[in-house]
Parts: sequence; C-alpha cells; structure tokens
Amino acid sequence: MNSIKAYKKIIIASAAVVLTSTVMTGCDDSNELPDRDYTLVWEDTFDGSTGDAPNPANWTYDIGTGVDGWGNLELQYYTDRTENVSLDGTGNLLITALAEPFEGSNYTSARIKTQGLREQTYGRFEARLKTPFGQGLWPAFWMLGTDFEEVGWPQTGEIDIMELRGQQPRVISGSIHGPGYSAAEAITSDFEILDSRFDTEFHVFAVEWGPDFIDYFVDGRLYQQLTPESLPDPESWVFNNKDFFIILNVAVGGNYVGNPTDNTRFPQTMTIDYVRVYQ
Amino acid sequence: MSYLKAFKNTNMKKIDFRALYVLVVLLSFGCTRTEEDLPEALFPATSDVFIDNFIGLGSDFYFPYLGAKPDVFSVDRSEGFESEASIRIDVPNADDPGGGFAGAIFRIDGIGRNLSDYNALTFYARASQAATIGEVGFGQDFEGDIHRAFLSNLDFTTNWKKFIIPIPDPEKLLQEKGVFQFAAGGIGAEGQEVGYTFWLDEIKFENLPEVAQPLPQISGGNNATESAFNGITIPITGLNVIYNVDGTDVSVNAAPAYFNFSTSDESVASVGENGVITLNSTGSATITASIGEGANEMSALGSVAVTSTGEFDFAPTPPARDADDVVAIFSDVYNKVNVANYNGFFQFATTQGGAIDILGDDIISYTDLNFVSINIFDAATVDVTDMTHMHLDVYVRETVDPSDFIRLELINNDGGGSTQSAASVQLQTYSPLLEGRWVSYDIPMTDFASIGTPDDIDLIFFVSDGTISSIYIDNVYFYR
Repeated sequence: MNSIKAYKKIIIASAAVVLTSTVMTGCDDSNELPDRDYTLVWEDTFDGSTGDAPNPANWTYDIGTGVDGWGNLELQYYTDRTENVSLDGTGNLLITALAEPFEGSNYTSARIKTQGLREQTYGRFEARLKTPFGQGLWPAFWMLGTDFEEVGWPQTGEIDIMELRGQQPRVISGSIHGPGYSAAEAITSDFEILDSRFDTEFHVFAVEWGPDFIDYFVDGRLYQQLTPESLPDPESWVFNNKDFFIILNVAVGGNYVGNPTDNTRFPQTMTIDYVRVYQ
Repeated sequence: MSYLKAFKNTNMKKIDFRALYVLVVLLSFGCTRTEEDLPEALFPATSDVFIDNFIGLGSDFYFPYLGAKPDVFSVDRSEGFESEASIRIDVPNADDPGGGFAGAIFRIDGIGRNLSDYNALTFYARASQAATIGEVGFGQDFEGDIHRAFLSNLDFTTNWKKFIIPIPDPEKLLQEKGVFQFAAGGIGAEGQEVGYTFWLDEIKFENLPEVAQPLPQISGGNNATESAFNGITIPITGLNVIYNVDGTDVSVNAAPAYFNFSTSDESVASVGENGVITLNSTGSATITASIGEGANEMSALGSVAVTSTGEFDFAPTPPARDADDVVAIFSDVYNKVNVANYNGFFQFATTQGGAIDILGDDIISYTDLNFVSINIFDAATVDVTDMTHMHLDVYVRETVDPSDFIRLELINNDGGGSTQSAASVQLQTYSPLLEGRWVSYDIPMTDFASIGTPDDIDLIFFVSDGTISSIYIDNVYFYR
C-alpha cells in the first residue's frame, strides 16, 4: 500500500467517524437514528472467583467438533472444561484456545450460548471484549435463530455481531446469513480500527435489531445498517418476529480464517468483560 | 558543541516545542528542579533518519563493518519511494577484492536521540532482484553496541515494501546514536555469491498501533541446561522478542541490555547485565529474565539451568622435556607448532567446539562428535620421524558404553596424492575411556607403522561415529 492511498483511507475513515459521532451524540431533531429508548433486560458481568464456570442460568455449551468442524472445517474440539472457559476472578470471562491433542483434535476451545436460557426478539445486544490474535484464530460474538433445529441453517438466520481473523487484528466483520445469502455470500461489512487493535484493548461490539433493520456498532460508532433492501431478495429477510440466542466462541482454523501456522502463539484467549441485552 | 550541531538538523517544530516545554518546566518548577531533570531534555526525540536526505546524522555517520566493502553506499537521486532520492547499496560479488559483502552502521555524529516514544524503526526498501538481506536493525554504534536489535533474513522484492522492526524496550533508548544498521551478502552458492543493488527510503522511528503482543525469550524460548565448572562463564544465547505486527509474528534479535536477568542462587551462579553467567560454586541454579520495569515488566519465556560440578579437573601437567625431544601440537607447557584450527567443520561432520580457555588453561572441547580433526596443514612440515611416542589426554563427559570407541588417525603429507599416508589406532585398546576422568595415552609410534615415515603430519582425526559425543582433549604431542 502506498502512503497516499493509506492517507486517503484515514481521511475517509475520520470523516465517517465524525459523521457517526454527530449521529450518535445528536440526541435531538437532527438525530438520524431514532432514540430507541432501550432498557436493560439482562446482563452478565462475569463476576465470580477465578476458575469458576460462567453462570449456568445464562450459558450452556456446544461440545465436540460438530459436523465437518461446525460446517467450516474448524480444527478445535469444544469443551466445557475450565481450561477452555472460566472466569478470571476480576470480572471477565476467558475463552481459551489451546494447542493440545484432545479426542482426535489438535486444539481445544469453547463455545458458549444462551440457547434455551436467554432468548429474545429485537433489542440491543452488546459485549465488551478483547480478541485473541494470530493466524488461524477466529473469535466470534453472534446470534442464531431459535428455530434452527426445525428449519435448518441458513433459513433460521444468523446475525454475526463480531467476527475477526486473527491475522488481521485491526479488522472485524459484522454480517447476516439467511436463505440465498449465506457463507461466502453473506451480507457483510468490515470495520477497521486505525489507532489500536482489537486484541490489545477492550472494545464494545453491538447490534440494534428491530423489525426490518439491524444496525452494527463498534465502540458506539455505527458502521453498517442492514434492512431487507440490503438483500438480493428482500423477501428473504428472516429476522422479524422470532427469538435469537447469543453465542460466544473462539474457533481455530477452518474455511473462514485459514489454519494456524507454527508461528501462531497458543494459548489464545478471548476476554469478555460483559454481555448486555436491552429491549 | 556537538549537541547544537545536532539540533540544527532536527525538525524546527520539534525544537520550538521543546523550548516551550523547558520554559514551562522553568516556570512551574523553577526552584524545585533537580539536576537529574536536565540531561534527558538535551537529547532530541527526532524520529527521521532518512527521508530523501539524511536528517540530523551530522557529517561523519557511515561506518562499514570490518571486511565489508566500504564504498557500497550512495544517495541515489534517480530512485526513491514516491520521491526522487533514496539510499543505494551496491552489494558486491563475494570475490570483490574490496570486500565480499555490504554492511555498515549509521551512527549519529553528535548527541544521541531519545527514542523512548517510538515502538519501531520502519523503512521502505526494494532490490534490483528478489534478495534476502542478512540483517537490518539499529542500536549498533561500535561503542559497545549496547542496544543492538535487528531482524534477520528480510526478503526484499523488486517493488517498494515497508518493513517494521519493533523496538524491544523503547524505555532503554534514551540517548541512542546507532540509528540504522545493515548487512547483506550476494546471491548464490557459498563463495560464489553475485552482487545486486538495493534501495532504502523513509527510514524513521514511529509509534505504530499495529506493533503489539511482545513475547520476550531467552534460550530461544527453551529451558536450556548447561553443565560446567567453578569460574566458567557461559553467555546466554537466543535472546529475542517476538512481536505481533498487524497479525504476523516477527522475531527481533535483542541485545542483553534490553533484559533484566536473575538467578535462583547467586552463590552458585551469578548473571551480569551483559547476559553472561558465571559459575561460582558447586550446585545448580536457574537463570531467568524479564523485560521492562514496574507495571510493564514482562517475564521472558525460556531459562538456563546451570550446574557447576565443582573445580575443573585439569589434565596432568606433562613433564619438562628438552625442546629437541618433543613436537607439541596442543600444550600449555611445550612450544607448539602452528595449528590452522582444532575443528575444520568438514562436510558431514556434526562436531562442534574446538580450543577453549578454562581459567587460563587451554583445552580442546568437542561436543556432538562424529569426527573432527586438528588441522596443521598450514604449518611448516611437522616431522615426527625421530619421536618414539604420541601422547594425549582424553576426558569423556558422558557414560561410556562397551561398544563406544574413539579412533585416532594420523594423516601424513595431506593432499590425496600417492605420497599421502595414514594410520590409526583405537584408544580404548590401550586403556579404557572413562566418564568424568582424564585418561593419558602414550602410543608407540610403531603402532602407526602404516604411515611410513611420519615426516609431515597434517591432520589428527578423532573419530567416534557418534558413539561418544562429548569430550575434552589436552596435551597432544609427540616425544622421545
């Protein structure tokens, strides 16, 4: 990349930021986003003792390797062991990917979810977290429709609030998957941070979701607005009038991110300060 | 006054700013200012080294390495990264009479810089053909190289590309003069490398958010073990800091001064700021390290577990002999012939080591032995025709199994022609090799009968085929 191009990019990004802050802090007639007047429904601030499992009233687990590495040829075996998922005793949840042979896999990690425990239609869903880093690490904060077992994927709908490729620690993606727009054809936008990295500091990732819209935020900056008009076929919007549940996981390898190399450092940890859900 | 000169060349804005800062300090702390406040303010935080021209380096800043071709450096006014000027380095052919490689430091001719606000040295580079550059770094000043840090094997391409060299611990660089360093050889088979050209531009220190996740290492991140004797010094090797630069790990070789070293038992082993361990008494201790101070201190991966087995057990001192009665190859007592080396690192040889100094006494130490030779082919003819015996002392540093052997082989009149001759004996047939003890061998020259007349000994081989890998040898001589 030459420096002139990079400079242009920065200017554009700064312009976007200024615009966003205007939008976000306006709070009056000029505000283009309606004040959605959200109130907190539930939160998990991950308080507890070092090594504790996350609160079972909020979180359950996916275990194992799924089908074909959870559909993406991922390399990790998900467990509910505290080596892979536990509180750090200072108010954070740690999801840790380890390079270790386990049940035929070479890596272990964890994938926790609110399925059957905390399901909701519409609202603001946010998490403050710090990602892992390095080639082949794939942390995610995302949601699936509660009807996925009946209707299957991608018909159920998937809202990816934050995904990151470990080899690009300054870029996250926000996406939706549904019928006709899944996997490589998902509707997605990247958000690149220029003055920091997502693995060195905490950042807040959120969506505001309502009838016919999903808005994406990083640290309060709106960077993507999706509506049925964003889709190849507006009729295939599958995000109205149904419950979704939250998933937090760290995958290792697979189609999306590529596999780790000898230079990828392990263990790798996603540190989650809180998850908050508003209505 | 040298620092004024350096100031002249620095960015005007920075000077203004600094002057203002000094003024503010004076105003607010006028009477409480301490002397320690003063020196730091003298060192400019200038970031730029070369941006189409040298910035603040003074006039005498280019110092080539010993053995490097000195005149490889110029400023090219027809090439540059988005500009009209760059540094041009013409890497010579290996057989260039002026020097077989390109390498130099850029040292500020004036006062050093305070680089503690930056976290990386960055530059753009391209080469006339794709080439791997041996080293690029900073902190080398030929005045101790205290803060040397560098990347190895950088791949330059024919297109301009940005390189980032993270600074292991910027807090250490408070008055740094060594702002750039490079070393590069030609391309091709060893000894026949062909030269090429590369260009450098936009050399500067930066504070980049993409440089993160430092992981310091000693012993390359491994838990190394070393066993030696009281008084022996052992340098810690494998010092580096791995940084993740925008998603990719980069390993920076870092001088010992970037690290804090500590020992688990000072009475057994101490460790200096230079990263050299000294064994003080019998026992074991573990050396560990960290980088940074206070809240920023970070433990280094890796350690060195050292054991001192006690006083070094020296080989018996040979008796006094008339000069005519001895031809010495390796000895602290007799006059020695001129030996080329104690390890030629021949192809297929795994053997490491050679002559070492233990508390002022020379001995030969070999590890990973399969075969090795003492090479005396450069010397005047080593004629032992009149000698009756060959002597040597051997100390094995490992368990000796029944099938282990050391074969001693002499080559006379080396050169492969019809006049070359050889003879060998098996040491253990004279006296068993012993673990942890010196064994003296006095071998009659008649046992080397197949050599014919030993009038030009050129090589003395020790061959174990790996059955014994770690030995000391001392007092190698022929006598009568």
